[in-house]
Amino acid sequence: MSIFKKLLALNANRKSAKVARERLQIVVSHQRSEGGDAEFLPKLRHELLTVICKYVKVDKDQVNVQLQRMNNCSVLELNITLPASELEQGYEQVRIL
Amino acid sequence: MTKLESKIIVVTSGKGGVGKTTTSAALGAELANRGYKTVVVDFDIGLRNLDLIMGCERRVIFDFVNVIQGDANLNQALIKDKRSENLFILPASQTRDKDALTTEGVEKVLMELQKEFSFIVCDSPAGIERGALMALYFADEAVVVTNPEVSSVRDSDRIIGVLNSRTKRAEQGSEVKKHLLITRYAHNRAQRGEMLSVEDVQEILAIPLLGVIPESTAVLNASNQGIPVTLGGPSDAKEAYRNAIAFLLGETVETTSQKGWKKLLGGLRLFNRSPV
Repeated sequence: MSIFKKLLALNANRKSAKVARERLQIVVSHQRSEGGDAEFLPKLRHELLTVICKYVKVDKDQVNVQLQRMNNCSVLELNITLPASELEQGYEQVRIL
Repeated sequence: MTKLESKIIVVTSGKGGVGKTTTSAALGAELANRGYKTVVVDFDIGLRNLDLIMGCERRVIFDFVNVIQGDANLNQALIKDKRSENLFILPASQTRDKDALTTEGVEKVLMELQKEFSFIVCDSPAGIERGALMALYFADEAVVVTNPEVSSVRDSDRIIGVLNSRTKRAEQGSEVKKHLLITRYAHNRAQRGEMLSVEDVQEILAIPLLGVIPESTAVLNASNQGIPVTLGGPSDAKEAYRNAIAFLLGETVETTSQKGWKKLLGGLRLFNRSPV
């Protein structure tokens, strides 16, 4: 192995902690947005969908429920996209925080 | 020492092999050494190891599950440590399955222990199955043991999520006080950028840091002999554990700059020389 290649390899190793940190930040934020361990989320999503369907015809995929963990609180975010035909104003997004 | 208000501390991590049992044993022994009557409870049903790490494996007759199922009473199952009169362990069973840990059963045993002990240290199994969930459900405080390594940090983040949502305290609208304990840390590797640094891990997990335990030969030496690290001979790991536990008890620990000095002096082999 040439000295140049050795140096490159050494350099790659040196940066591995940085790579680890970046990968973790992504995986952890994804994990938290999934609600992590709130077991009730799928059920909540299902029940919300049932209620919403009583009034508006929405697609199953258009109800997005996320629970995000902050430092000392959690934020429950509901994102519901209503189809254009159902509302005269056209495409509308209901966002409850 | 008279018994203070009883506190339940869970030692948890999500990932296996990061040092939960080592930490539970070290924590239990140090608390006992400081005069607090302490019991360490092994929640790893089917794969008990706390007894081995604490060196009382040949004295196990009855276990946690026996007590829950009424086959033995608590005093029959508790093992008194031979080195410290304030230290006890409640071993896990080796054979029975995890479903033996019912919420009611665990609560009953913990309540009984609370009458007697100032600290109840719950040694959690790995994973987020029943044993792990039961170990943390009744906790007042949690020590999250993390290695500076990607899978351990990710799993710790998961367990922090569980601590925030699936504990008795969470259900009652309060919270479990969480502490980050980084173990197997190699300062020089982190400095070279080959290992996640304390700051990296702390930033990602966003819970207060309790302490950093260096990667140390003393840990395997202690477990080989069944001696909690904090009861063994002088070592870097022992000192780090003692500092972390002092901090847990709310004592002021020497500042980082002082530690830096000590490290420098220790590096020159002028001080901190091991008598062994």
